[in-house]
Amino acid sequence: MKLSVKYDISVTCRRVLQDQLEKLRIPHVINGLGEVTLQESLPPLKQQALIEALKEYGIELVTDQKAALVQKIKDTIIDLIHSEEDLPNVTMSVYLSEQLNHSYSYLSSLFSESCYTSIENFIILQKIERAKQMLAANEYTLTQISYLLNYSSVAHLSHQFKKTTGLTPSAFQRIIKKRTPNVVSTV
Amino acid sequence: MSKEPIKVLLADDDEDDRNFFRDALEELKMDTRVTFKNDGRQLMQHLEEPGSELPHIIFLDLNMPLKSGLQCLKEIRENPRLRQLTVAIYSTSASEENIEETFVKGANVYIRKPNDFATLKKVLHDVIMMSWQYQTSGLNKENFLFST
Repeated sequence: MKLSVKYDISVTCRRVLQDQLEKLRIPHVINGLGEVTLQESLPPLKQQALIEALKEYGIELVTDQKAALVQKIKDTIIDLIHSEEDLPNVTMSVYLSEQLNHSYSYLSSLFSESCYTSIENFIILQKIERAKQMLAANEYTLTQISYLLNYSSVAHLSHQFKKTTGLTPSAFQRIIKKRTPNVVSTV
Repeated sequence: MSKEPIKVLLADDDEDDRNFFRDALEELKMDTRVTFKNDGRQLMQHLEEPGSELPHIIFLDLNMPLKSGLQCLKEIRENPRLRQLTVAIYSTSASEENIEETFVKGANVYIRKPNDFATLKKVLHDVIMMSWQYQTSGLNKENFLFST
């Protein structure tokens, strides 16, 4: 014989989520629309257990993994640009996809989706940020900085600096010097 | 991906400017929540109230009645609870010298009020995006200077 069933998928999902979260003793509120609020942060072991448990039902923890990957992209870029070592000889896109084991196009669209800007632009921001630090510390000349940050010329760095901040490197340096200490505190 | 909305506050005594600003923000593909104050005194009263919700970024008109934008900036930078706020000066055009002076006094951003809508949208997008990067990517706010 054959039985016909009718089901409400949102009720089903909610019930599965609720059962699995309760089984792992995770205090939670199910918000609907595929979102759950946890009353406390999830230890890695429990999170892994939850991922496994939900997988059986075809439910994936989406946001966390994506957010974690976006964070990894940022960290990789920041580490690279702010390290004392020479920048690698491969392009940033190759470097990122090798380091993170994903295609660059995937990383790139994931990043843009959640950061209001592209990876390319984020890299420029970070390089200019590094240039600012060096200018503020007054240790290097602009020419040395352009060399350290792999710019083809000092003019190229100056241009990108002006385009990114609206200020020339020398105006930036002048302002930082004139500011009384603690006028803007470090967070 | 779910993100916390970016809290934006504009202090400006001109109603047309406030509406123009609101319309431009609404058209950006950014999740922002905006509140308005009509003059400097109202702004500082709100900010100084213990436990008041602080915005991620404040846009300050320079010429406001009761308390000027520069006076507000000074008070914000002198207040330990408010000191780390991102402040964008939002004003009719000024000389390079004036702009530099405002940065020295602690502004993070200087915006010359654009007259056309498309430029305003672009400017607000760039400023809020930049401010968000400082918020979320561990950049040193002391070096956050942006003039547009």
